[in-house]
Amino acid sequence: NENRLDWNDDDDDDEGSLLSRLGTDSPKPRMKFGGMFCNVEGAYENKTLNFDSFSPGSVRRSNTGGDTESVSNFSSVTDPELRHRNQPNRGHTVVYPSRGHGGRRESDRLIIKGGKIVNDDQSFYADIYVEDGVIKQIGENLIVPSGVKTVDAYGHIVIPGGIDVNTSLQAPQLGMSPSDDFYHGTQAALAGGTTMIIDHVVPEPGSSLLGAYDQWRDIADKRSCCDYSLHVDITRWHEGLAEELETLVKDKGVNSFLLYMAYKDRYQSTDTQIYEAFGVLRDLGAIAQVHAENGDIVQEEQKKLLDIGITGPEGHILSHPEEVETEAVYRAITIAKQANCPLYITKVMSRSAADVIAKARKNGMVVFGEPIAAGLGADGSHYWSKNWAKAAAFVMSPPLSSDPSTPDYISSLLSCGDLQLTASAHSTFSTAQKAVGKDNFTFIPEGTNGVEERMSIVWDKAVVTGKMDENEFVAVTSTNAAKIFNMYPRKGRIAVGSDADLVIWNTKETRIFSAKSHNLTVEVNIFEGMECRGCPVVVISQGRIVLEDGNLNVTEGTGRFIPRKAFPDYVYKRIKARSRMADARGVPRGNYDGPVHDVISMTKSVPSTPTTRGGQCPGKGMTGPARNLHQSGFTLSGTQMDDHIPRRTAQRIVAPPGGRSNITSLS
Amino acid sequence: MSDCRRQWNREDELPVYLAGPVTTGPSQRHKSYGMFSSVEGAFDSKTIELDSYAEGRKGGRASRSGSRERLLDDGFGGEARGSRVTSTSEREDPGPGVGVPSPAAQERAAARVNGESERLLIKGGRVVNDDQSCYADVYVEDGLIKQVGENLIVPGGVKVIEACGRMVIPGGIDVNTCFQKSYLGVSPVDDFYQGTKAALAGGTTMILDHVTPQPGDSLLEAFEKWQEAADRKSCCDYSLHVDIPQWHEGVKEELELLVQEKGINSFQVYMAYKDLFQMTDTELYEAFLFLKDVGAVVMVHAENGDLIAQEQSKILGMGITGPEGHPLSRPEELESEAVFRAITLGNRVNCPVYITKVMSKSAADTVAQARKKGCVVFGEPITASLATDGSHYWSKNWAKAAAYVTSPPLSPDPTTPDHLHTMLACGDLQVVGSAHCAFSTSQKAIGKDNFTLIPEGTNGVEERMGFVWDKAVAMGKMDENQFVAVTSTNAAKIFNLYPRKGRIAVGSDADIVIWEPEKIKTITAKLQQSAMDYNIFEGLECRGGPFLVVSQGKVVFEEGKLQVQQGTGRFIHRKPFPDYAYQRIKTRSMMTGRQGVNRGMYDGPVYDVPPTPKYITPAPSAKTSPTTHQPPPIRNLHQSNFSLSGAQADDNVPRRSGHRIVAPPGGRSNITSLG
Repeated sequence: NENRLDWNDDDDDDEGSLLSRLGTDSPKPRMKFGGMFCNVEGAYENKTLNFDSFSPGSVRRSNTGGDTESVSNFSSVTDPELRHRNQPNRGHTVVYPSRGHGGRRESDRLIIKGGKIVNDDQSFYADIYVEDGVIKQIGENLIVPSGVKTVDAYGHIVIPGGIDVNTSLQAPQLGMSPSDDFYHGTQAALAGGTTMIIDHVVPEPGSSLLGAYDQWRDIADKRSCCDYSLHVDITRWHEGLAEELETLVKDKGVNSFLLYMAYKDRYQSTDTQIYEAFGVLRDLGAIAQVHAENGDIVQEEQKKLLDIGITGPEGHILSHPEEVETEAVYRAITIAKQANCPLYITKVMSRSAADVIAKARKNGMVVFGEPIAAGLGADGSHYWSKNWAKAAAFVMSPPLSSDPSTPDYISSLLSCGDLQLTASAHSTFSTAQKAVGKDNFTFIPEGTNGVEERMSIVWDKAVVTGKMDENEFVAVTSTNAAKIFNMYPRKGRIAVGSDADLVIWNTKETRIFSAKSHNLTVEVNIFEGMECRGCPVVVISQGRIVLEDGNLNVTEGTGRFIPRKAFPDYVYKRIKARSRMADARGVPRGNYDGPVHDVISMTKSVPSTPTTRGGQCPGKGMTGPARNLHQSGFTLSGTQMDDHIPRRTAQRIVAPPGGRSNITSLS
Repeated sequence: MSDCRRQWNREDELPVYLAGPVTTGPSQRHKSYGMFSSVEGAFDSKTIELDSYAEGRKGGRASRSGSRERLLDDGFGGEARGSRVTSTSEREDPGPGVGVPSPAAQERAAARVNGESERLLIKGGRVVNDDQSCYADVYVEDGLIKQVGENLIVPGGVKVIEACGRMVIPGGIDVNTCFQKSYLGVSPVDDFYQGTKAALAGGTTMILDHVTPQPGDSLLEAFEKWQEAADRKSCCDYSLHVDIPQWHEGVKEELELLVQEKGINSFQVYMAYKDLFQMTDTELYEAFLFLKDVGAVVMVHAENGDLIAQEQSKILGMGITGPEGHPLSRPEELESEAVFRAITLGNRVNCPVYITKVMSKSAADTVAQARKKGCVVFGEPITASLATDGSHYWSKNWAKAAAYVTSPPLSPDPTTPDHLHTMLACGDLQVVGSAHCAFSTSQKAIGKDNFTLIPEGTNGVEERMGFVWDKAVAMGKMDENQFVAVTSTNAAKIFNLYPRKGRIAVGSDADIVIWEPEKIKTITAKLQQSAMDYNIFEGLECRGGPFLVVSQGKVVFEEGKLQVQQGTGRFIHRKPFPDYAYQRIKTRSMMTGRQGVNRGMYDGPVYDVPPTPKYITPAPSAKTSPTTHQPPPIRNLHQSNFSLSGAQADDNVPRRSGHRIVAPPGGRSNITSLG
């Protein structure tokens, strides 16, 4: 009965964060059907087709709940009348067909029938009842009010809506805004089966993170059609940012921050800065994301290429070779290991970078890798296209690998769990905008489309080919993202109490990507002409059908900001345990009492050493700029072991009295 | 056989080594079977089939074989022998005068004036080179190997050394020593005299020392200072690496001078020692690019200095001040990360990279992996990392723990030495250095309250050869030829000393070691040549050691006794573009000319970019440390007229910043649509 145990674990974990939050968001409807998590048990039972087991589960629930509210849905099955009589004052009449219509929009209540529900851990046949944007019931033969809209999912699978963890719908480049803003971008996302995006807030270096965050929130609240959340990019690290980060994490619901190892002189952080930032982010319980490319080398290569007269888009890939990405990934992992901080590599584009991540995971590192739609669906051969506009359309960093076997390889790693989730890095610029760099590839704004095509590409490349199963598909497109960024199980799972972000997925139908038919404003689609099997039939976002029969029906500004709490369990459980273990300890020794060579004060090298090393022992209560080592009586923590030994600076004892002391000789 | 022949023929073309011996004694040469025939002989004698001499002659050296046939005739040969003795003694002095004034010849002449030239015959030994072993005698005169083969015809009065079946190997080359590197004004206790003495006692007949100027110092001045000190004190041949403490444009000139005129072909750059020697990636890239163009070998001290500085302050903050803080603040990952980065840079620039002091398994693996991918990279483990591990940092005895402080630190993993030996044996690592830099206990005690101040360095120049033999050859990991390769030949090849050094062949320098494989010695500070008051290998037993050492044709170590003379060491010039490192590089740079795509001009609409000064203005690179020279402001990319290499393909294309063409005349051009 291991499975059951797991569930209980989940219950315990979630009670802290998720339960309370969801309760406050919409207090009344939540509690109606047999308590918060019982249906997950139900879902489990359903799979075994053992309906009797429902009753013990519900009994247990009602006991713990201690209230009639938590009577399971099955009591209402048997005796709805009684149930109604028991709670006349609550006025929740949803179970009554007669009063079900009153005052509610029909679209708010849905029942999805006949589909196979696919979560990341299991698949089973069940119906889903959705109300108020939340999944209320899962099971067979659900008792639902009449007049509920029925969505037919026979022959299809029902999956949690996709989560695209990397979009840049607002970040300007060279002062140009992307051609797809939050409205168009989220529209395209929904059309492709993605019901939530996490966008990158890119503040100008030196400006306030909070200011940029507010600006993004403002625009997204007005424009977004689906739920969204935000990453904040740290474009220039300095100590003063720690306070802003704390505010963002604790009050603003942001738990992930991106650092750049590329874009020299603009966004790039040095190793020291990255290390410091990682330390702060770890203490805050946030996820450190890294754009991994060696900006120093890239810049040198760019100079070299421009010097030899290569100005076209092929210069982009020539100046961003694969190994430059790999090197930075390796370095980022090393730094994260030192700082004991979880690491998330955005945009894994090459084989070798993916290999480095896989290897680090095998060594026990907490590191996540995110391939993107473009990397899975296209390769870098197009940079050499004779058509400038086409070649420029593919410009992004790190670039698509010119090795045509890369997409295949990356989807394999994705299937075996070495890479964890997929994103799109959607950031589109029109051809006219790309043409800013027509005489110099370094000015081509970077970014490709992919938010709409992402889910289909993963299905086509990985599931259709038999590399991964449908459960893994859900994991890499939705669940893992929700876990890593602490939105689970509200997002990324079909379970009672989760948000009703659902996709009915047709596993057979094919569709051809084209700039003509996509839902973006940009006139180029890098996947032009690509045929993909698997596409969404119906997309439900926040309990409303937004895509049906090929018609997209979205409302601007309906997207909600989803705050994310710090210390996601999926990431931080291990980190916490490690920080308890990883205390370095000194060796208690007798003091060295042998001769000490006299250092002639050298002007050149002496001063540099102490300054870089900082103050000694701040933990011991040092307050002044430099502790006087001769003065050992002052201590905050009581007497020290070595108090009786005066600390002296070096002095020469050529021949100590009594001959040479024993301790200096090697034993 | 034919392979062997081809190699020899190739070496025939090397002007220096050919010119040297011929000019010193032309008539001799012909008499003893011509230039390289002796090695052929040696090869043949291995198969114990003397008839094959004749075959060898047919190989295509008609003129020489003719002279040899004469010699094989016994009666006449006896005469010839006698006459030759006299002729050589007469000709001794005028010889070099006739010759081409090559630097090697001049040096040899100088050596002869200094010390009385010795004539040695090493009899009955097994000559072991990196490619083959064979029984042969070696005749040495004027500090050069004159003949190798069986039944050599030598003049009388020659000192005969009976090798009694022992191995005769080329003297070791220690590629990494610091005999002069001062730290906080403190000089190491082993200077060039003490250090080279110890080297010779261990079977190493040549060292390559690091010139370590302080940031801001002139490289040339530092080089001259080192050379002067070494010329005065060194007892064996030496050469110098020059460390580049900081990178700026002005350094280039000095580097060029050092390469072209001073005979330096290797320079070290640092990725560690933040705010002191450390270079940023950009500086490393520029340095690699420049050093590649002058044909030098780039040596890298690979550790991530940024992270080390952070870890050091963290660990001091935790109250750890003892030597254990040293390995704690420099974990293995930081080394392998930097190795990875150095290799990436080297590969981008297409430049050979030499990693000094490979101390950990993961760093060695990184080197090996890069080699498998085809990078030109060399890795140098050192005596300390091959013979001991980092567990001693946690010793209760401060002095002992401090003795092991070196950077990168010894790995606390006790299986590391074994792993490194395995990789040496299979060729994944190439050379063995010692990183000998000896500070006495009282000098180490400068850092008794702060481990970051402990002077870094361990001993190892004397023990180097012995431990490789003990841990690799005696264990069956490596054969004697590979032993010669990693202790001597590979170093000579990488640093362009080959075949003058690193090989026992006619014309090579007479740096020869008779190796005693079964000699067992217990390492102790009491018996060492080094002036240090401790030895980090104290008490370790080591099998194998030199029985006799010949340096510059003179016996310097015999029966445990050293007979050296201060100042006899010569500076060995090294030419740029060593074949072993640069042949592949040259071919690759010819192959990898990158070409753009010829396209029609983009004639579609262009978005109007509002001027954004923030993007283009280069903020000062944060990675630049305050001490280093600021790089010149970033080049204006729009300005393409300046070109050193003549007209460019796109000269006719004006580079413009974006301008808006909302509706181009004639409607939208075809080229902008996707095709």
